[in-house]
Amino acid sequence: MVDILIIGGGGAGLSGALRAKEMGAKVLVVNKAYPTRAQTSMAQGGINAVLEDDKEKIKAHIEDTLRSSMGLGDEEMIRKMCENAKEGVLWLDRIGVPFSRTEDGKIAQRKLGGAKDKRACYSQDYTGLKILHTLYDQCVKENIEILNEKFLLNFIVEDGEVFGATFLDIREMKVEPIYAKSVIVATGGYAHLYHGFSTNSSHATGDGVAAALRAGGKLSNLEFVQFHPTALKNSSILISESARGAGGKLLNQKGERFVDELKTRDEVSRAVFREIEKGNEVFLDIRHLGEEFIEENLPQERKLAIFYEGIDPIKDLIPIKPAAHYTMGGIAVNRDLQSSIRGLFAIGEASEAMTHGANRLGGNSLLELVVFSKDAVRNAYEFAKKRDSFKEPKEQIKKDENFLNAVYYLPNKIDFYEKREMIGKILYQNCGVFREDINLKAALSYVRQAQKELPFMGISDKSRVYNTNLVEFIEFGNMLELSEALLVAAISRRESRGAHFREDFPKSDKSYEARSIIWKEEGVICGDFVKVGNEI
Amino acid sequence: MRFRIRRTLEEKSQIVEYEIPLENPTLLEALNYLKLKVDRSLTFSSGCRSEICGSCAVRVNGKEKLACGYKLQENDLIEPLRYGEVIRDLVVDMNGALDTLKRSKAYLDSFKEATITYEDEKRIEIQTDCILCVSCFSSCPVLEVNGEFLGPFALTRVYRYVNDKREANVKDKIDVIQKNGIWDCTLCGECTMACPQGIDPKNDILMLRGKSSEFGYSDPSFSQGFGGFDDFGFNPSGF
Ligand SMILES: Cc1cc2nc3c(=O)[nH]c(=O)nc-3n(C[C@H](O)[C@H](O)[C@H](O)COP(=O)(O)OP(=O)(O)OC[C@H]3O[C@@H](n4cnc5c(N)ncnc54)[C@H](O)[C@@H]3O)c2cc1C
Ligand code: SF4
Ligand code: SF4
Ligand code: FES
Repeated sequence: MVDILIIGGGGAGLSGALRAKEMGAKVLVVNKAYPTRAQTSMAQGGINAVLEDDKEKIKAHIEDTLRSSMGLGDEEMIRKMCENAKEGVLWLDRIGVPFSRTEDGKIAQRKLGGAKDKRACYSQDYTGLKILHTLYDQCVKENIEILNEKFLLNFIVEDGEVFGATFLDIREMKVEPIYAKSVIVATGGYAHLYHGFSTNSSHATGDGVAAALRAGGKLSNLEFVQFHPTALKNSSILISESARGAGGKLLNQKGERFVDELKTRDEVSRAVFREIEKGNEVFLDIRHLGEEFIEENLPQERKLAIFYEGIDPIKDLIPIKPAAHYTMGGIAVNRDLQSSIRGLFAIGEASEAMTHGANRLGGNSLLELVVFSKDAVRNAYEFAKKRDSFKEPKEQIKKDENFLNAVYYLPNKIDFYEKREMIGKILYQNCGVFREDINLKAALSYVRQAQKELPFMGISDKSRVYNTNLVEFIEFGNMLELSEALLVAAISRRESRGAHFREDFPKSDKSYEARSIIWKEEGVICGDFVKVGNEI
Repeated sequence: MRFRIRRTLEEKSQIVEYEIPLENPTLLEALNYLKLKVDRSLTFSSGCRSEICGSCAVRVNGKEKLACGYKLQENDLIEPLRYGEVIRDLVVDMNGALDTLKRSKAYLDSFKEATITYEDEKRIEIQTDCILCVSCFSSCPVLEVNGEFLGPFALTRVYRYVNDKREANVKDKIDVIQKNGIWDCTLCGECTMACPQGIDPKNDILMLRGKSSEFGYSDPSFSQGFGGFDDFGFNPSGF
């Protein structure tokens, strides 16, 4: 039996696996696709780290992160992340990540939004891609066992303690258990709940977070979803901040500017959304920068606009909209990265580790997953070593097998793909950059109705081989589960803070300076607020 | 717009024709449309929809393309990639292809301290743009006759690490790519044509040949197939 089962093979999962191997732990990685297909590949901007031994600069990194978290970041966690950032980046460098270099042979750094200094280390515009692939190469070298195309269904939990997880083998459509002495969830975020309005990969359905909720685990700060102001209008593909940084302007169809483009992501997103609500169209304009400049500095943005939007930014305006980009919330963990379920840890975008709080700084998510994967693995390994009596509970497998067989016979009267699209729209409208009690409640009743209808949805492809219709159905179930929790959290937080903006409570309120906690008891959602840093 | 897909229906490979009302869609948009509106059993992989996660490569009229990076044309024939077992429709088992990375030691093996300059990083920039979409592998004619061939993307990755000043053990990498590796390539250039990231595995293989000669290796087919100078019958020193 493995000491550590890591679920998810993105940046967080693979870093964890390598660190576990370094520590001598027996580790297994399981993921629903192939590791290099994880969303981590999409990160462009960089990974933050102060590389000089300069206490002041590290302090500035801590301060920037704390400020951005708006009171919901834990100073101790943030300090740990920022102080270990250099070790994390140098570790990546030693395993071969091709970071861009300066003329004098140092790791090149650039300044991202919200940062005082240049501290984002990058590999051209392919930072995530190159980190992920290098991690994968090292996993190949270290013979780390990775199982692909196995979909996490549920955690195996008894008396508040984890014993492993159940998976759907996608090729054979069979349920199988994997028992382990400890489990680390690294399944990524849930921004794809905003179906049709998210920059994320279609895999970002929050499966691990939803499974933790079903298993009785606690989730936190779900209501904090970062919107990026400039996604392409039709495809929601991200046009990076560098376009605005270089002098790109935001205009409506009348050619009017309506916001200072260099404000924070949420302020700009709100301004763009307001324009769209007024019936205006919004564009990013980089024409004045000139062909030569664009070709030299923004070639990727130009290529995306031509291909996916059918316009050339050298002579045309780029139609844009805000889109869900990063989910700050996730599985609530304590400072040891352990969730409220003993032996179940969470890292990366799947976890809420009190580092991003109400808003994430660009470049801090890659950092978080590199630094905290090491701590999580160490703690998980300690937990595994101390564990003496171990059982292999069978109930969960039976339940999941029954569920799977039942799905094949559901009546399929209501189309879940249509519901998925509808929920994406409703969340975007009612629980997007602007929120209000009445709209959130309307969305919640829609989601609850859809939950009741789930047994009438089902699948039309009845195959027992690589059934993506069925996999998407389960993902949809997870999305529904999390949509409900997200809405309840957004309703409960009667204030505005960071990415969560309530039109009916436009100011922040000191009494909400706490993590919102959501869990389920006997199938019913419960909520509470817990002071940052306190045990959950 | 009409196009065709090679599918797995009733456990047989069959070409099915479709018509869709979309205008100028990417192939991925077309596939998503079909799955949602026409046939829920259509099976394919995707993720980022912006040419970076490497999930969606297929063959279009016999040429490898990323579905999210290709605009569908009238009457196109869409097929799964080659040299992996077709699991269903356009989904292929990647494990065999990915295994070449292990066999060719395409990773940083023994780290040594080295200052990486701006130029050093530039030398491996393009090779590290690889998204492991496996298009080049599917396009390579050598794999049709020699399933053991390491193939283009693994060799490109080896070249990337051979060229990395942090690698202390270059010789080991050069050793493992001699058999079923760089000399088996016919330099046809299909892989280079197929790569959506503008990577040139053929050239990387050529560079690796050069590198191999530094380690005393030479083209085995030259001495075997041709027989070499001695076998040819004249003795250069006898001139
Ligand atoms: C366009 C874009 C640009 C970004 N740019 C930056 C940036 O510049 N800097 C920065 O710091 N951050 C950036 N981010 C955010 C950052 O990329 C992510 O937060 C981070 O990569 C998440 O990594 P992860 O390992 O937690 O999850 P992921 O990379 O999403 O990996 C999740 C893994 O879990 C697996 N998985 C999911 N569900 C299941 C299941 N049910 N069963 C089994 N396996 C499962 C998946 O297959 C995958 O392997 C960006 C994000 C986007 C979308
Ligand atoms: S150039 Fe070599 S590796 Fe590339 S396709 Fe041709 S034979 Fe294969
Ligand atoms: S070299 Fe190019 S074609 Fe081959 S796997 Fe990499 S990105 Fe794909
Ligand atoms: S969907 Fe990611 S490369 Fe096409």
